[in-house]
This record gives sequence, C-alpha cells and structure tokens, in this order.
Amino acid sequence: MKNSVLVNSVRFIALLLAQVFIFNNINFMGYINPYPYVLFILVFPFNANRSLYLCIAFLTGLTMDMFGNSGGIHAAACLVIAYFRPIALRFTFGVSYEYNAIKLPNVSFYERLIFISSLVFLHHLVLFSLEVFNTSNILYILKKTLFTGIFTSILCLVFNILFSSRQQ
Amino acid sequence: MQQIINFLIRNKNFLLFVFLFFISLVFTIQSHSYHKSKFINSANFFSGGLYESVSNVQGYFNLKTYNKQLLEENARLRESVQRLTSSNKVDSLSQVFLNPTDTLDVQFNYIPARVLDNSYSRTDNIITLKAGRRNSVQADMGVITSHGIVGIVERTSTKYSTVLSILNSSFETNAKLRSSDHVGTLKWDGQDPNIMKVTEMQEQAPIKIGDTIETSGKSAIFPKGIPIGTIENFHLDGSKNFYTLSIRLFNDMTNLGHVYIIKNNDREEIKTLENGITNEE
Repeated sequence: MKNSVLVNSVRFIALLLAQVFIFNNINFMGYINPYPYVLFILVFPFNANRSLYLCIAFLTGLTMDMFGNSGGIHAAACLVIAYFRPIALRFTFGVSYEYNAIKLPNVSFYERLIFISSLVFLHHLVLFSLEVFNTSNILYILKKTLFTGIFTSILCLVFNILFSSRQQ
Repeated sequence: MQQIINFLIRNKNFLLFVFLFFISLVFTIQSHSYHKSKFINSANFFSGGLYESVSNVQGYFNLKTYNKQLLEENARLRESVQRLTSSNKVDSLSQVFLNPTDTLDVQFNYIPARVLDNSYSRTDNIITLKAGRRNSVQADMGVITSHGIVGIVERTSTKYSTVLSILNSSFETNAKLRSSDHVGTLKWDGQDPNIMKVTEMQEQAPIKIGDTIETSGKSAIFPKGIPIGTIENFHLDGSKNFYTLSIRLFNDMTNLGHVYIIKNNDREEIKTLENGITNEE
C-alpha cells in the first residue's frame, strides 16, 4: 500500500513536470500539443476508492489549469475520463475486469491500445470543446481532437510500455 | 428520510462527479469572460516560482537573439534622441541621459519584464511575466516589445503577473492606419499566431496592401502609434460599409523574451473625466 502511494506520487510529479515544461511547448504543426499527463489517470490503481480517485483526477486537472491559465478545462476533462474509466475497462477487457484480475502490464498490445486511445480521445474531445467554447468551430474542435489524440495516444503507449515492462 | 440517505450513499460517486464537474465548468466560463475573478492562474508563488527557475535556464539558449533585439532597439532610440536634440527641443544629449525623468513631464513609464511562459497554440492564450505589484505593475496596463504590442496585464501577484495575449479571443483594442486616422477594432480569430483581423474600418479609409497599422491611443492602455503589423489583404464586409483587414504582425508572438509594461500616469485622471461625462449624461 505504502509502495503504491509512493509510486503514484512520483508518477504524478514526473508526468506533470514533463507536461508543463516539455510537452506544452512542442507546438507541432503550429497547434498540436500532446497531453501525456493523462496517463497518470489511466493507470491509477484499478481497485482504488472511487471517490478518492475522482477527487485526485480533479486535482490533477486543476494543477494543469493553474500552469496553463486555462480556467477549468483540464479539470473537467480529467474528471470525465476518471468517471468513465470503469466503462472503458469493461468494454475492453470484458469479464476479466469484473473479477479484478486485470493488470495493465499483462494485457495484450491491442487491448492496451483500445483502452488508452478511447479514453484519450474522450479527454481531448471534452478538453477542446471547453477550450474553444463555440459551436460554430466544431470542425476545428474535431480536427484538433483527432490529431492531438493520435499524438497523445502514441506517447502514452510508449511510456506505458517502457515503464511497466520491468514490473512483470 | 432513510430512502433519501440511501439514495445519496448509493449514488455518491455520481453526485461527486456532478459536483466537481460543475465547479470546473464555473472556472471555465469565468476564464472565457474578460476580467472575472479567476482563482486558478499562474501568477502565484508555486507555478510562478517553478516557471521562473526553468526560464532562468532556458534564457541562456536565446541570449543571442535577445542581444540582437536590444542592440537594434538601442540603435533606433539613439537615432530618435539625435533627432530630438537636432530639432532643439532638448539642449544637449547629456541632459537627456543624466536626468531622464527630469526633462519632460512624461505621461508613460516603461517597466521592463521577462517572459516566463508564453503560449500561442490555443484559442485563449495567456503570458506569464516576472514582474508584479512589487514592480508597481497593475491590471489593465499595456504590454509591448520593441516590435509591437503583446497584450494587456490581467492579474498580478507580488512578484508575477499574467497577461492577456493579443492571441486571445477576449482581446480587443482600437487600431488605426498610420497614414490616416481611420479606426478599426483589432481582434484575433484563433487560427494563425502571425495574423490578426481589423474589423469595422470605415469604407472611406485609403487602404493599400502593405500599409502599416498602429495603436490609436483612444484607450488609456496603449499610447498612440505603437506598431501592430502590415495589411496583408482586405475585403468589404456584407453590408458594404466596413472593411475587414488581415494584419501580419510585426511581433513574432511565438518568440518573446523581454517585454515592456506601459504605465500610464494620467490614467486615473482620464478615467475620472470619462466617468464624469457619462454620469452627466
């Protein structure tokens, strides 16, 4: 238990610092900034208390908003994916999720891909809708969601594979 | 009663979700309206301090560019001082350099500041500066570089401040042609960080592609004649009464190092005067 708190705290700080100082400044093709910090919310222990998990996701988003001066858009997006993660888990892993038998390092690549990318796209859709906040720009929102989502998903997959292989 | 409590306990996660989501929506809506009190911003001890320590390191990589910008600006300022002295408004150069504040009762003071964080890829971009109330920076002061305008100070803390960038959907200011006094409204459409739009420019205005657009000095924030950009193209709007201009900015908003904050010493006077006029009406 203590170990898990430590691992998650280190992951939180490392991902947040990397996000604020590296990934927020990439500006690939002028407007694409990946948000790999969502990995923290995706791999947060599956058996944790749900209320606690929602609060932590909210605070993660709020910290990002503080650095980015963006109001509450990250908080809202993080909260949404935290709330919908059990549904995404059931959708990806089926029955085995119900028995608490899932460990992310042990699942196959395709299951991991579906799980990560579905939640990443959901996060980005909420994020950019709130950021642009204008229904007449819906094409711009979708375009940004698609390209940034692909970028973020790849980065999350790479980080996830790199850092979880040792725990096996 | 029992049932209500049972319902609350059963749905506590959903209720928590709705409650937190509501809070974040309130923050979001506040961030979209100019000058509402904002609780979450980067002008605080924690994020400002973190930005500062990283910017201390990053600054080294751009020293060459900043030096060049400063040299160019110095050269330009020296030229204008020379012109002033030759037109006999000031007796000698030494008088200007020895008592810079003494010679003229200046309306505008310039406070130098370093840019800690600058964003330009979102629709609402905010800049964080290393200058705050301690350096007598207040909200609603204009921010410029040697090349043109940058934004308006929004929030301040003791050591840091956030600036509403010109690349922000809630930014608006008056702009005029350098060659005539026709005024339009300067805005950003959220697309290209090098292009801005001027709308509501009178149809009579003599517009040519390549003309310079500058601030009009009609607001108490920016003095008159600060350069903004050149006209790239223009067209008449639907009603055929007003031009819409696309402006290519002089400033490279993607590469800001050092900026000046403009302090208008007559602002209080102008404000009370304007308030007095509206009250009489």
